[in-house]
Amino acid sequence: MNTPRYYVPARSHWPIIGAGAVFLTILSLARSIQESSSGEVSGLTLALTVVAGCAMLFMLFGWFGEVIKEGLQGYNSDQLKKSFRFSMGWFIFSEVMFFAGFFGALFYARMFAVPWLGGEGDKGVSNMLWEGFSAQWPLLTTPDMEKFPGATSVINAWKLPLINTALLVTSSFTLTFSHHALRAKDKQKTLLWLGLTLLLGFTFLVIQVYEYGHAMNDLGLTLNAGIYGSTFFMLTGFHGAHVTLGAIMLTVMFFRVKKDHFKPDDHFGFEASAWYWHFVDVVWLMLFVFVYVI
Amino acid sequence: MSEATLHAEHHHGPDKGILRWLYTTNHKDIGTMYLILALSSLLIGGIMAFVIRAELFEPGLQLVDPNFFNQMTTMHGLIMVFGAIMPAFVGLANWLVPMMIGAPDMALPRINNWSFWLLPFAFGMLLSTLFMEGGAPNFGWTFYAPLSTTYAPPSVTFFIFSVHIMGISSIMGAVNVIVTIFNMRAPGMTFMKMPLFVWTWLITAFLLIAVMPVLAGAVTMMLMDIHFGTSFFDAGGGGDPVLFQHVFWFFGHPEVYIMILPAFGIVSHIIATFSRKPLFGYTSMVLATASIAFLSFIVWVHHMFTVGLPLAAELFFMYSTMLIAVPTGVKVFNWVTTMFKGSLTFETPMLFSIAFVVLFTIGGLSGLMLAIAPVDFQYHDTYFVVAHFHYVLVPGALFSILAAVYYWLPKWCGRMYSETLGKWHFWLSFIGVNLTFFPMHFIGLAGMPRRIPDYALQFADFNAIVSVGAFIFGTSQLIFIYNVWRTTLGGVGEKATPEVWDNPTGLEWTIPSPAPYHTFQEPPKVD
Repeated sequence: MNTPRYYVPARSHWPIIGAGAVFLTILSLARSIQESSSGEVSGLTLALTVVAGCAMLFMLFGWFGEVIKEGLQGYNSDQLKKSFRFSMGWFIFSEVMFFAGFFGALFYARMFAVPWLGGEGDKGVSNMLWEGFSAQWPLLTTPDMEKFPGATSVINAWKLPLINTALLVTSSFTLTFSHHALRAKDKQKTLLWLGLTLLLGFTFLVIQVYEYGHAMNDLGLTLNAGIYGSTFFMLTGFHGAHVTLGAIMLTVMFFRVKKDHFKPDDHFGFEASAWYWHFVDVVWLMLFVFVYVI
Repeated sequence: MSEATLHAEHHHGPDKGILRWLYTTNHKDIGTMYLILALSSLLIGGIMAFVIRAELFEPGLQLVDPNFFNQMTTMHGLIMVFGAIMPAFVGLANWLVPMMIGAPDMALPRINNWSFWLLPFAFGMLLSTLFMEGGAPNFGWTFYAPLSTTYAPPSVTFFIFSVHIMGISSIMGAVNVIVTIFNMRAPGMTFMKMPLFVWTWLITAFLLIAVMPVLAGAVTMMLMDIHFGTSFFDAGGGGDPVLFQHVFWFFGHPEVYIMILPAFGIVSHIIATFSRKPLFGYTSMVLATASIAFLSFIVWVHHMFTVGLPLAAELFFMYSTMLIAVPTGVKVFNWVTTMFKGSLTFETPMLFSIAFVVLFTIGGLSGLMLAIAPVDFQYHDTYFVVAHFHYVLVPGALFSILAAVYYWLPKWCGRMYSETLGKWHFWLSFIGVNLTFFPMHFIGLAGMPRRIPDYALQFADFNAIVSVGAFIFGTSQLIFIYNVWRTTLGGVGEKATPEVWDNPTGLEWTIPSPAPYHTFQEPPKVD
């Protein structure tokens, strides 16, 4: 029989290092957030952050490196490859639900919380809290303007966000072209299209950062601007973080293609990164419609 | 790579010493660690319950100050839910799912170990809040805003991040279970031939992946409100404290089924074995489990009937909640019918399972009472609610876990536990649990609110009984610990046969007891 059995690694030090690294990262994050709200971030926390970052990098390179090596050495049976695919699929589903939570908050605020504050419906008590507050969306004038100063206007959907939409949608196509080239064993074309995808992705991120600057400096749209600012920055911020992660994954794939890691019928890493990229693309389309346009 | 190396990879035994546990990729080792973690959490959470019950033994403030009392109720709930019940079920899944479906291990063995080892760090962080300035979280295990945001102690930041670590662990663990079940079944084991424990865990894993990220979202919004000026839960900025409750219970209601569905699976196995009959209504059990999971997504607002909701919402969530009684009733009917005309014997696992059926049904019926929105205005936030969810979680989830340990322990360690001690444990637990939680129904209906350190004098007698019951229940768990200890590490007890019980069904009974370190490296054939 040629197909290897399901590979169960004998032992591995990566999980415990991984658990420690995640703990240190989260501990240093918690400490720095805690300390910066009540003054200065301490030297100990800064040191902890550096150690945590190193531990994370060490773990990520080590663990992924080991898995890649096992794949190249042919340890992975078809069944194991299927496990990888299923796992990535379910992981992306968990990410979908994470975004669903924030979209839920957006819809709730828009459909219920803000109109009720404005006195709509039979739950009119809440408008007694801030008399004279009138409901509007996007919410630019908040009930309590001293605590949450509101914004002068929101981002124009048909300028930068439209360009960003075009960039991300195009990048999904270029990534698919790259995938087709990989299947057709055309390394040069694979790299070309993949490189173009990365370029589009990073341009998206640069524009997003520029747009944040514009929102905060010119429009007064900040995290503190009320519920529109809260949902706007949390949704686009987490989306941006996911684009960054996806771009890092694709960058790794770029170098792995260069090193001839992939075969036309066996390139799980590439596929998983591509799925992830399409996922962040779909999230963006939702964002574009529900956060920017309507 | 050669076949010989592959062989060497597969036929190793465990490492020696602590490294075995740190580096392991073996589902049995990891299952054991989860179970030990769950037991430790049970003891820590139990001590907190003792503090609560000692303070409530008589009216007046005597032992602890009210703020510390609130920290105890909060931490007791969090530790028991996230530290005891959930890890115990994950531990059982680790031990049993691969053996039941004929798989060599979990689908992703390293991720499996990573999921486990995140938990001690998460609970270390959570427990460390007890020693922080301002004390541990004191806003209840449901951490409603603004108590958990505007008015929270500074340690809330660490609470939030410990929930994040638990979430990563749960999601990765659930992905592992779901992929194992989808992809690792022995040839011939179709979905409708899977043992019910596997079915219930498949659906549980789906629920976990669907709702743990929403919990992560909820605590992230809290973090942003506390430290970065957002207004998700602050009406002054157009948000709404009630939004927190929606997001939390969208997670929280499926979460309570996450804690009970695997219990349904366990009890179905045990009742069939000790009735010496096949389980009645296997297909309807599967469908009922799936229906309960589906309904769990559309009932969450029944936790919030009194916050001020539109009438349509009250009605919708009242009726959808009552619908849950239908699939649950199907299950109870099936268990009872399985026992009907069976040749019953009453070994410890069976005793716990029968108690499960009876007492879980009491918890289910009080849930049905709470589902009726107009009546809930009276019951809301009283001890009636405390009675309800303790009935489903303690003689429900916890009893099923204890039953599972007694039932499969001979398979795990190769020896029979002491039946005498098991029976002592059962009867003391049974009496203790009812003495603790049954009177809570009465004081709740009479109006005693939950989460208070002091109460009106008319509740004094029942509270004293409850505290005595809690003491009996808590200390009788020491019998369980001793029984497990003497069977496993102590090496006392009769040797178990591969079948252990009288003709049980399932692949796990076809392998020797104790189960070898590696099982089913060649998948068995199922017909």
